[in-house]
Amino acid sequence: MDVLLQQILNGLILGSLYAMVALGYTMVYGILELINFAHGEIVMLGAMVAVSVLALLTALGVPVPLALLAALTAAVAVCVATGVLVERVAYRPLRNAPRLAPLITAIGVSIVLQNLAMIFWGRQYLSFPPVLDIQIYEFAGATITNVQILIVAVAAVTMGGLLLLVQRTRLGRAMRATAQNREVAGLMGVDVNRVIAATFAVGSALAAVAGLLIAAYYGIAHYNMGFILGLKAFSAAVLGGIGNIPGALLGGLLLGVIESLGAGYIGDLTGGFLGSHYQDIFAFFILILVLIFRPSGLLGERVADRA
Amino acid sequence: MSGPTELLLEVRGLAVHYGGIRAVKGLDLEVREGEVVCLIGANGAGKTTTLRALAGLAPSTGSIRYAGSEIAALPVHRRARLGIALVPEGRGIFPRLTVAENLDMGAYTRNDRVGISEDLERVYGLFPRLKERQAQTGGTLSGGEQQMLAIARALMGRPRLLLLDEPSMGLAPLAVEKIFETIRLIAAQGMTLLLVEQNARLALAASRRGYVLEGGRIVHQDQAPALLASPRVRAAYLGA
Ligand SMILES: Nc1ncnc2c1ncn2[C@@H]1O[C@H](COP(=O)(O)OP(=O)(O)O)[C@@H](O)[C@H]1O
Ligand SMILES: [Mg+2]
Repeated sequence: MDVLLQQILNGLILGSLYAMVALGYTMVYGILELINFAHGEIVMLGAMVAVSVLALLTALGVPVPLALLAALTAAVAVCVATGVLVERVAYRPLRNAPRLAPLITAIGVSIVLQNLAMIFWGRQYLSFPPVLDIQIYEFAGATITNVQILIVAVAAVTMGGLLLLVQRTRLGRAMRATAQNREVAGLMGVDVNRVIAATFAVGSALAAVAGLLIAAYYGIAHYNMGFILGLKAFSAAVLGGIGNIPGALLGGLLLGVIESLGAGYIGDLTGGFLGSHYQDIFAFFILILVLIFRPSGLLGERVADRA
Repeated sequence: MSGPTELLLEVRGLAVHYGGIRAVKGLDLEVREGEVVCLIGANGAGKTTTLRALAGLAPSTGSIRYAGSEIAALPVHRRARLGIALVPEGRGIFPRLTVAENLDMGAYTRNDRVGISEDLERVYGLFPRLKERQAQTGGTLSGGEQQMLAIARALMGRPRLLLLDEPSMGLAPLAVEKIFETIRLIAAQGMTLLLVEQNARLALAASRRGYVLEGGRIVHQDQAPALLASPRVRAAYLGA
């Protein structure tokens, strides 16, 4: 087995999931200059809802494709509703407040959502029902499963759809205009509040899909899975250049690969002192390096370019 | 209703304050359909604040009647949809949208495809430079080109009332010339214009009537030729 190729492959799969979550951070940041720390919790909600619905429906004997579709739909509905509600209730009243206020509010919202999930689902891990027969394919010395292929395919289609939305539609153009100059967007007749709500809705829908895929990838969902995931995706967004959509894609994929390679080789690098369960440190190590050496990220614009 | 043409804009007792600072202190003005009116005054007189209040960007008190209805309570995007367009001070170009996308944003509230593409040809006719640069991003344009783009973008909404805030600011003399030539052309085609300028001579030359704003109040109003001839205005604003 080719270990290097395998690690890169694993990294890209994981990275496509990070990228989907990073997109939510970057879109909201782009339009409001707000780091929506509650976004990781939206992903968690998506995972929990998807796993619960899937478990329930498959137990009732609903055919797997239908159950998956229903789980996805339910996750998207819950996440979009929550994301839009959070914006309306927690962030909009603070739109013109000093920047620290919405940031602290975001952390508060994150804690609230986590606790609500804990009350509703309990502290135990929910396991993703074994609805898919896993098949393993081998090529060039590396292996990949059908589930992994499905994950990457869904992630690619979803993110492709997002790019089309942002680049090619009227709503997407209004989003970009609002991000670049909110007042002037209003002068053009854009209902800025609706565009901001739509941005939260789109980011939350992506988070829902990501939540389902992440639960499928790890086989479990848990009420506090959103915390570390959110921090990693945020790191990926910063790595790519926060506010920049292609940057979030690139940052997510890179972070996945770095983490995967790091986990594979950290034992060798430290003479066996640190094991692969230390893989989480890479995201934060990268975050720190980026913030020190290139705060605008790989693809981020220099601040002077912003209107 | 009085006079030959209908009042398009009728402002009574408009006031705006920023925290404790009163920037506009109870101002009355009116603009008739098809008229070009200018608002002149020194730096800090409240010209920008007045236009922002009319467009819905600055919270204000007082009455703003536009095309027969009270709009003072409407948010900015609703006023835009009623045909009020503001070309803001500093131009407000979307720097990372292309010239063509900026113009598209100007037509955001419209869905008459044919009319939009006609208007696009029209503004490219007014400003051929923009057509050459249609694929470039707004941020890469020169100041004069950005001002052209800002005016063209406003025209793409087919406004009924065009508010222009210091279109000559920061531009080279040649660019100022070009911008004012276009403003006169747009006015000649029947557009209703409320023009704010520190360059009072230029503004009055392009206008029918003018208001003089000092410390957030209207201190003088008259036909443009009379203002140009007034000793007080000449001394304060025309450097003569
Ligand atoms: N955002 C703001 N916050 C506080 N004061 C402001 C703000 N904008 C303008 N002002 C004040 O309001 C007054 C009028 O400003 P402005 O309308 O910009 O004048 P003008 O356009 O005639 O130069 C000035 O005293 C200015 O300092
Ligand atoms: Mg001004």
